[in-house]
Amino acid sequence: MSRLCPVPSQTVGPFYHFSLTANEALGCMTAAGAKGERIRVRIRLLDGAGRPVPDGMIELWQADAAGKYRHPADTQEKEPDPAFCGFGRLATDAAGACVFDTVRPGGTPDGRGGCQAPHIAVSVFARGLLARLVTRLYFEGDSALAEDAVLQLVPEARRGTLLARRGEAGVWCFDIRLQGPDETVFFEI
Amino acid sequence: MKIYPLPKKGDQPPLLHEPYAATVRRAPAMPPIPLPHTLSELTGPLYGHNPIGETDNDLTRQHAGDPIGERIVVAGRVLDEDGRPIPHTLIEVWQANAAGRYFHSVDQHPAPLDPNFTGSGRTMTDAEGNYRFVTVKPGAYPWRNHPNAWRPAHIHFSLFGPCFITRLVTQMYFPNDPLMPFDPISQSIPDAAARERLVSQFDRDLTVPEWALGYRWDIVLRGCETTPFEEPK
Repeated sequence: MSRLCPVPSQTVGPFYHFSLTANEALGCMTAAGAKGERIRVRIRLLDGAGRPVPDGMIELWQADAAGKYRHPADTQEKEPDPAFCGFGRLATDAAGACVFDTVRPGGTPDGRGGCQAPHIAVSVFARGLLARLVTRLYFEGDSALAEDAVLQLVPEARRGTLLARRGEAGVWCFDIRLQGPDETVFFEI
Repeated sequence: MKIYPLPKKGDQPPLLHEPYAATVRRAPAMPPIPLPHTLSELTGPLYGHNPIGETDNDLTRQHAGDPIGERIVVAGRVLDEDGRPIPHTLIEVWQANAAGRYFHSVDQHPAPLDPNFTGSGRTMTDAEGNYRFVTVKPGAYPWRNHPNAWRPAHIHFSLFGPCFITRLVTQMYFPNDPLMPFDPISQSIPDAAARERLVSQFDRDLTVPEWALGYRWDIVLRGCETTPFEEPK
């Protein structure tokens, strides 16, 4: 049977804010009582000239502190943390930045019997991006990085673009560079 | 494990499309690295934490009065590549008003704002994947991409589908729009048949007599392979 073809992507454009990011609560992915280490993730989106992208939109998706996704396809025998939703969405500001309140995720299964290092799945939308870009945020210094199967697919010289770095207390900083010598690694999914 | 095949190349826009000038400084230059699908991609947000309000799918009833413009119904089904409905998934829409002006401070097009129209809506598909919005037909508007550039009338759509892989942000267009051939955003899609998948169809059955014209637009999201066994040789 011939399959249907998916609808093509189009840019989010510059005028989405009054609809998609009107609810600023989407920057807070945890409620009081969420298990694990509370962190803030500061994302900065930069274009090929190194300038901030002030009209981008960032979405995050991650497991809870125990490495459990709030989704029926996650069949691990543990309950998702009721105080943690796992999804966040914010617009970038004039500095190209946005800050999410979340918890540091736990490691998750890689589907081949191994464990993935803790990471956050990141979607990038913006005027000038005809389709969503997908990348991953890992945590610099995490002991599980060396064993992560996805990071092994990335040329060593570029792996650093996927690492968030510690800023001031409890804040992790992650720059997404759309172009240039330190262009962030993006994934085809 | 489920396998979501990649879409055909010509069916999706390239990231760099020079006629759309903003892609030049924003499209990544390096090829993306193929990512094996893990639990991180095969799960995704099931967006339930903001309940849908009663007028969220009727953009003509969100203010005290009726908005100016041609009232329309936009409806259809959300399906996967095998034609199976995708139930209970969030759809978000946003659009310009009938004069071609967005409710947005960055939009400086000298066309009037409409105090009775914001242009933002949300709904969930039902158990059979159906959705329905009531709105006004958005106007075309100028932009500065190239001399005398105008966007064809369009409604922005955002969908999640069952997992992280199926996330889609796109635009729906209207049939027989004379601006489409000059629009570098829609024309960035190489395959003509794929471009047509962004165009809604006038539908008399959706049209409500003496009240609103109807447009049908079915939305196919990426789907997983459903044949886990090889045919015997």
